[in-house]
Amino acid sequence: MKILVPIKRVNDYNVKVRPNQSNTDVDLTNVKMAVNPFCEIALEEAIRIKEAGNAEEVVAVSVGTEKNQEQLRTALALGADRSILIKTEMEVQPLDVAKILAKIFEKENPKLVLMGKQGIDGDHNQTGQMLGAMLSIPQATFASKVEINKDSANITREIDGGLETLSVELPAIVTTDLRLNEPRYASLPNIMKAKRKPIDEINVEELGLSIEQKVKTVKVESPSEREEGIKVDSVDALLDKLRNEAKVIE
Amino acid sequence: MKTLVIVEHDNENISSSTLCAVSAAQKLGQDVDLLVASSTNNIAEKAQKIMGISKVLNFVGDNFKNEIAEDLTACVLEVSQHYNFFVASSSTTGKNLMPRISALLDVQQISEVIEIVDNNTFKKPIYAGACIATVESQQEKNIITVRTTAFEKALSEGGSGQIENIDIPETESRKSVFVGNELTVSDRPELTSADIVISGGRGMQDGNNFALLDSVANKLNAAVGASRAAVDSGFAPNDYQVGQTGKSVAPNLYIAVGISGAIQHLAGMKDSKTIVAINKDEEAPIFKVADYGLVGDLFDVLPELESKI
Repeated sequence: MKILVPIKRVNDYNVKVRPNQSNTDVDLTNVKMAVNPFCEIALEEAIRIKEAGNAEEVVAVSVGTEKNQEQLRTALALGADRSILIKTEMEVQPLDVAKILAKIFEKENPKLVLMGKQGIDGDHNQTGQMLGAMLSIPQATFASKVEINKDSANITREIDGGLETLSVELPAIVTTDLRLNEPRYASLPNIMKAKRKPIDEINVEELGLSIEQKVKTVKVESPSEREEGIKVDSVDALLDKLRNEAKVIE
Repeated sequence: MKTLVIVEHDNENISSSTLCAVSAAQKLGQDVDLLVASSTNNIAEKAQKIMGISKVLNFVGDNFKNEIAEDLTACVLEVSQHYNFFVASSSTTGKNLMPRISALLDVQQISEVIEIVDNNTFKKPIYAGACIATVESQQEKNIITVRTTAFEKALSEGGSGQIENIDIPETESRKSVFVGNELTVSDRPELTSADIVISGGRGMQDGNNFALLDSVANKLNAAVGASRAAVDSGFAPNDYQVGQTGKSVAPNLYIAVGISGAIQHLAGMKDSKTIVAINKDEEAPIFKVADYGLVGDLFDVLPELESKI
């Protein structure tokens, strides 16, 4: 089977992102960019499924500008067989991305779409579920375990109260949570090899889609800061404050 | 037009996050109806008592025992023409369900809303809470999930909504089937609704040491949480996780033990009323948000705390 893995280009997760000076957007000038960590986990899982003999091909796909080639090269170095870049200069929102991915799904006919549960930039947590709905195929979100059977998959999901296991018919969309696996690093020979693997480029217009941006960001600001409190020097002093000043315990 | 809130439940009780979603929905100034899809009538009967709601749309069937997104989506679509706002909490159930509905109604959803500025303008955290975005939607229909800590709970008693039973929409053959679950069982209060939360971080050094937090929690009737670092290190299960990728909490008292205070953790707890930090590193960023900081070795502090409460 074929596995499709969407790859998002985002800020490196170690970088603290701040609003720009005019508070109209975040300031990403000179910020190091990387593959979204949840997408890396999805790609790792796809590669493991292929290594276990349960998939023949892993295709990475990204939506954005020429700069996304960097992240697709990383995906190829990690083990994706080939990749597709859907080019647009516009800022894309989850609904747009899901529409684009639905078109790619129809072209590629994968048996499984493995993708991150959310981007660490917008924190939307929407695209996978939207794609599932558009394609009328089942979804299993926030996966911490993936077991592939012949025509179905058993997916263990991380939910608020613990874990839940679903059996979904394939094709299906699976979105990944943090504990699914620990992604590998790309080896130097694989980084060299990745340079020869293909990146097909398609303009978003060629898919018959236009980007809509139904929701506009009008302001970006830093969260209000809490005032720094005081240090106490003992457990007794702490309990005294909690009982008599904050009055939060008895 | 009216607002529809999706009720979350375990077939016995309505989740407290739904009460927060109801109070957020009421800020939109429209009539608020509730949608219940459940295996029993018991949930609709509880839902109709929530203060300030108009109607309860009740779908009853065995399919709805486990809140499968595909099945719930079909119910919401069945009644969607009467509503221009759809609200759910940003729990894992809300996150799982609402984008599926959004896609089929061609709506760009707004996730994790922390403030409703007006009916077209919303605030939400981005970049793990490092920034707050104000977004504007001119869509005819809006679909939002709300962060429960930002909205108080609607009263669960005192309302008198009317129950309207609705036939289950026909769905295609079921492609997604519930197999089983493993829910964390605890006598202590639930993390997101507890008055007091005590959380451990990487400083706990080992999962077994979480027993130290348990003893304090038992005395305070507190819930136990963990930072992502502690969860990633295998010290605590994922459903303990407080932070941007875990749960948001806002208890009266939050005690952070051996937690450095990464932005991702702060995003999930900084709305707590009183914050206590216990850490041996006096430079730890957690002290910047703490009302009371105690610099010390948690392995000395926790037993002493437990004995003196």
